[in-house]
Amino acid sequence: MDVAREEVLARLRSARDAGAPPTPVVVPRKYRPAGRYAPGSAQAVARLDETLTDYRATVTRVGSEADVAAAVAAFLGSASGIVVPPGLPAEWLAGFVGEVHRDTPPLTVDALDHLDAVVTGAAVAIADTGTFVLDSGSPDQGRRVITLVPDHHVCVIRAADVVCSVPEAIARLDPTRPLTFVSGPSATSDIELDRVEGVHGPRRLDVVLVGALTRS
Amino acid sequence: MSVHPGRAAQRSRTVELGMPTVASDPHRHLRGTESFPAAAHKALADTQLRRNLGHATRTIRAKRAGVVSEVDDWEELRRAGEAIKADTMARLPELLVELESQVTARGGVVHWARDAEEANRIVVDLVRGTGADEVVKVKSMATQETGLNEALEGAGIAALETDLAELIVQLSHDRPSHFLVPAIHRNRAEIREIFLREMPDVDPSLTDEPRRLAMAARAHLRRKFLAAKVGISGVNFAVADTGTISVVESEGNGRMCLTLPETLITVMGVEKLVPTWADLEVFLQLLPRSSTGERMNPYTSTWTGVTPGDGPQAFHLVLLDNGRSNVLADRDGRQALHCIRCSACLNVCPVYERTGGHAYGSIYPGPIGAVLSPQLTGIDGPDDVNASLPYASSLCGACFDACPVRIDIPNLLVQQRAAAVDAHTRPTGQDVAMQAAAIAMTTPGRFKLAERALGVGRVLAGRKGRITSLPWPASGWTNARDLPAPPAETFRQWWARTHGGD
Repeated sequence: MDVAREEVLARLRSARDAGAPPTPVVVPRKYRPAGRYAPGSAQAVARLDETLTDYRATVTRVGSEADVAAAVAAFLGSASGIVVPPGLPAEWLAGFVGEVHRDTPPLTVDALDHLDAVVTGAAVAIADTGTFVLDSGSPDQGRRVITLVPDHHVCVIRAADVVCSVPEAIARLDPTRPLTFVSGPSATSDIELDRVEGVHGPRRLDVVLVGALTRS
Repeated sequence: MSVHPGRAAQRSRTVELGMPTVASDPHRHLRGTESFPAAAHKALADTQLRRNLGHATRTIRAKRAGVVSEVDDWEELRRAGEAIKADTMARLPELLVELESQVTARGGVVHWARDAEEANRIVVDLVRGTGADEVVKVKSMATQETGLNEALEGAGIAALETDLAELIVQLSHDRPSHFLVPAIHRNRAEIREIFLREMPDVDPSLTDEPRRLAMAARAHLRRKFLAAKVGISGVNFAVADTGTISVVESEGNGRMCLTLPETLITVMGVEKLVPTWADLEVFLQLLPRSSTGERMNPYTSTWTGVTPGDGPQAFHLVLLDNGRSNVLADRDGRQALHCIRCSACLNVCPVYERTGGHAYGSIYPGPIGAVLSPQLTGIDGPDDVNASLPYASSLCGACFDACPVRIDIPNLLVQQRAAAVDAHTRPTGQDVAMQAAAIAMTTPGRFKLAERALGVGRVLAGRKGRITSLPWPASGWTNARDLPAPPAETFRQWWARTHGGD
């Protein structure tokens, strides 16, 4: 028997009862369950473009999957070696001339440290906050370490995966998989509470937004 | 499964022993060495400190106000956050057992710690078991509270703080002064000097440009991250129904510590719990906007137990009581356990803005610290320095307005003042003064006599018109405040003079 466990639980049980509220707690969920714009709508994608850019990600909008390769290649520029998750669509890399390392079998940390960039998809993106979420169980997103060690991350987000608000994103995610919510390149506010981009995570973050282009 | 009779007896005995208990504080991280007024006096004399704090808190207040005003259901989110935490506290033991079973089912190992020493011992033993003599750490209030770094050092294990501000504090052998930015009391020029002095491989041409300073930290820690065998973290939110743990951060140092090591040890105060995964939809909106004033922080990591092939393959979760049961036992006081450590109440507090965090003694400073610290430690009589903390406030109410989970801090401060008074075993200056006032005010004759004594006050005040120091028991007042000189004439004396007699 774990004596500490029993003791902590016993203390907490008596404390729970000693300080119990007079009536049971009811959680008022009157906040908005969904955002202003419909998931995948042109407005939601346009707002995501703004919020990503506001936190120093660089965004390219393209009309369809066929245009992704050119946008990815432009972001990668003269990168010589990149890593991609096992299931990243090969078509997305058609315009890139450098060396592509698929993370299967898994690359070592040292190998990753010598690569210039990583290209992934995303599980969902949140327009209100400029966030995308990486689901490490997803074949086009891959292990957490591949989006952490290389200094440049190119993320391809489909319009269908763009929601407006945080609650809509949480509802789409599987909590049993390791998830990483990313909002802009790594940053710190630790020096005089001013935000500075670029610390331990990737210092450069580029996003390709696919579809839902607004007609002008 | 059979239960040995001796063990059954032990179980019933420990259950009887299970009374809410105050924190152990082996390294004095929950209590300072002097009372708040004494420490504040020194802090207020430090003009550099006041400039640094004024600048930083002004910056963050403006950013927070901007991003909060974007959210038109902010008040509804606050009310939901408040109720989710209240519901969590009302079911805390059951929810912890649920968390334990979910974490265990997914390959994690759960440990329980009654106090700081026990938590430290568990972590030291786990690190020793890996054979590592160095660990990388994500900033964590719980491990600061227990003094884990000191315990690891005592066991010959180097603990490397990786959050930039925490690194600054560690390199300068300083104490943290803020939840979010432990080095908020340092400006860029001071940080540059610390780096030049303490980082062995630093570029000597380092400037005080924040971007250059951040790059110096990156270079300093990079090899350590890539080679780390053991990571140690705290928790922002643990989800009972899924066993999911989340860490909210900015720099990527958290991701490094949570992803690269083979072994991850996470220390969690038992109150860092939410019942369901969906509850994160509330807190992931409330926390970043209240904390760094961002729509969302750069990185939030969530994980559940161990995931084969991805990240640490050994995961240990240490659940820490250390006085939390004592806080939970108080119907109102337990609100202090709702705190999500955003630090908004520090940034808006007129007292914190002037004194900084060190004056509070505890690693939990500011308005929330002033109610949490004395509840965690309990108050050991009138000379306990933590008895002075609930007075570190003008009760202006700004902390309640800023709190994303609507903790009624002003009300808790008043209640903690009452608790501090109750802790007195002999009458204090305030008690004596109040008794004297009661005697004096009972009859007009006595009151008139007392008024004459006011002339003495004018002599004490001298030409500057302020009384700055009085002997005990009145020193209780003048230690923290100046008294204006009494007027030359009281109302009753004026009335008698201008209207002819009583």
